[in-house]
Amino acid sequence: MFPSPFTVMKTLFDLIKDNTLGVAILASMKRIIIGYSLSVMIGVTIGLTMVRFKYLDENLSPLLLGLQTLPSISWLPFAILWYGLNESSIIFVITMGSTFAISLAIKSGIKNVNPLYIRAAKTMGASGFNVYRNVAIPASLPSVISGMKQGWSFAWRALMAGEMLSATKGLGQVLMVGRDLADMSQVIAVMVVIILIGLVVDKFIFGRLESNVRQRWGLDRA
Amino acid sequence: MSIVVKNISKSFLTKHKETHTLERVNMEIKTGEFICILGPSGCGKSTLLNIIAGLENATDGNIFLNDQEVTGPGPNRAMMFQESALFPWLRVLDNVEFGMKMTGVAKEIRREKALKYLKMVHLTKFQNSFIHELSGGMKQRVALARALTLDSEVLLMDEPFAALDSQTKNILQNELQRIWLETKKTIIFVTHNVDEAVLLADRVVVMTANPGRIKAEFKIQLSRPRQVGDLDLAYTAAKIMKEVKIEVEKVAKDEYDSDWAIQKDRVLPDVNNNLGIGL
Repeated sequence: MFPSPFTVMKTLFDLIKDNTLGVAILASMKRIIIGYSLSVMIGVTIGLTMVRFKYLDENLSPLLLGLQTLPSISWLPFAILWYGLNESSIIFVITMGSTFAISLAIKSGIKNVNPLYIRAAKTMGASGFNVYRNVAIPASLPSVISGMKQGWSFAWRALMAGEMLSATKGLGQVLMVGRDLADMSQVIAVMVVIILIGLVVDKFIFGRLESNVRQRWGLDRA
Repeated sequence: MSIVVKNISKSFLTKHKETHTLERVNMEIKTGEFICILGPSGCGKSTLLNIIAGLENATDGNIFLNDQEVTGPGPNRAMMFQESALFPWLRVLDNVEFGMKMTGVAKEIRREKALKYLKMVHLTKFQNSFIHELSGGMKQRVALARALTLDSEVLLMDEPFAALDSQTKNILQNELQRIWLETKKTIIFVTHNVDEAVLLADRVVVMTANPGRIKAEFKIQLSRPRQVGDLDLAYTAAKIMKEVKIEVEKVAKDEYDSDWAIQKDRVLPDVNNNLGIGL
C-alpha cells in the first residue's frame, strides 16, 4: 500500500503532462492570493484599531486569541451554509484562518516598539498619524513579518482543508481524487507538491523579507 | 530670557509614600547659554529635562520658552538621549533627515542640510551605513547631527556621553564645545559627572535628591576652548564636588546598610603593618 519513489515521480510527471497539476495549482494559488490578501487587509486594520483604542484591545484580545485557536476548517460548515458550495466559502475559510494571527502580531509588534524611538520622534515634531507611519510601523516590522509568515502557513493549511472537503478543482481536490481512486502514488505526489509550494513561498518571499530586515537591524551578526 | 522654569513640581504616589521627584524648581536660562544640571542619580534631573522637552507632565508649575508656555514635545526643543535613539530601519543619512521630514522640509534642502551637519560631526563617509554598523561614539555623533538639523534654538541633552568610553567622551565633549560656539544654541545638558559639567557649562546647577530641588549654582567663568586636564577646571570641579558629595552620600545612605559612610578615614592603613615590631 506504500508506493515506491519512482511510482510517485511517474505519477507526478503524468499529472504535470496532462495539465491536471497546472490547473490545480493555478486554482489554489488564485484562492490563496485572494484569501490571504483579504486577511492581511482585515488583520492589519483590526491590529491597528486595537493599538489605537485601548478599550477595544482589552475587550477583543481574549476573543481574538480564542478565535485563533479555533481550527479554521471548523468555519467550513458555517461558510457553506452562508455562501453555498463555491469559491467564496473556501476564501472565507482561508481568511478566517489567518486574519487573527496577523492582527495579534501587528498589535503585539507595535506595543513592543522601544518607547525611546517614539519619544525621539516626538521631540523631532512627529505627532499622531506620523508617529505610526514613520516610527511605530517600521519599528515593528520584524515581528509583523513573522506574524505574516505564521498567517500564511495558517492560510495554506486552511486552503488545503477547504479544497479537500468542498472544491471541484485545486490541489486539495486532486489529492481527494487520489484517495477516491485508491491511488496512493497520486496522494503522495500531491502532498509533495503542497510541501514544495509551501517551502518555495516561505523561502523566497518571507525568507527574503526576513533576512532583509535582519540585515538592516544587524541581527544576523552573531 | 530663553527658557523659564517656574515652580515645577513633580510627585507621584508609590505603595507606601508620596515621592517628590521635583519640588518647586525655578530656573531661568538665557539665550545662547550652556547650562549643566548636575546631581546624583535619582535626583530628578532627567525628569526635569523631560518636562522641559514636553515628554512628561509636571504635577505643578509651568515651562516657558520665549514667553510661550510649553505644552508638549516639539521640534523647537531638539533632544539627545543617553542611547542614540537612531532608527535601525533607516540609513544614517535618512536618520539625520528624519526630523526635517517630520517638519516638512523640501527634499533637496533636506539632503543638503543633512550632509552639512554630517560633515560638522565628521561622518559623511558613513552616510549610507546602517546604524548597527556604527560604534557608540559614531552613533552619538549622528544623533547630534540629527538634533542640529532641526535648527532649534534649544538643545536638550540627557547624559548623551554617559555610555561612551572616556577617550571617545573627551573627543565628543570638545566637539560639542566647538559646535555650540558655531551654532550659538541654548544647551541644557544633564549629567552626573562633575568634570564634564565644569568642562562644558557656563553655569552648573547642582540638584539635591529627594525632594529634587536646586541646591546651588556655580558660574564657570573660564576661558574657552577648555581642555580636559586644565588645572583651573580641576580646581573648580573640586569645589563643586564638595556640594555633590553630600548629595551622593544622602542617596547612597538610603540604599546601603546603615554602617556605610562615604569616607571612613583619610588614611588607608595597611592591615599587615607591624611598625617594625620584632626588629
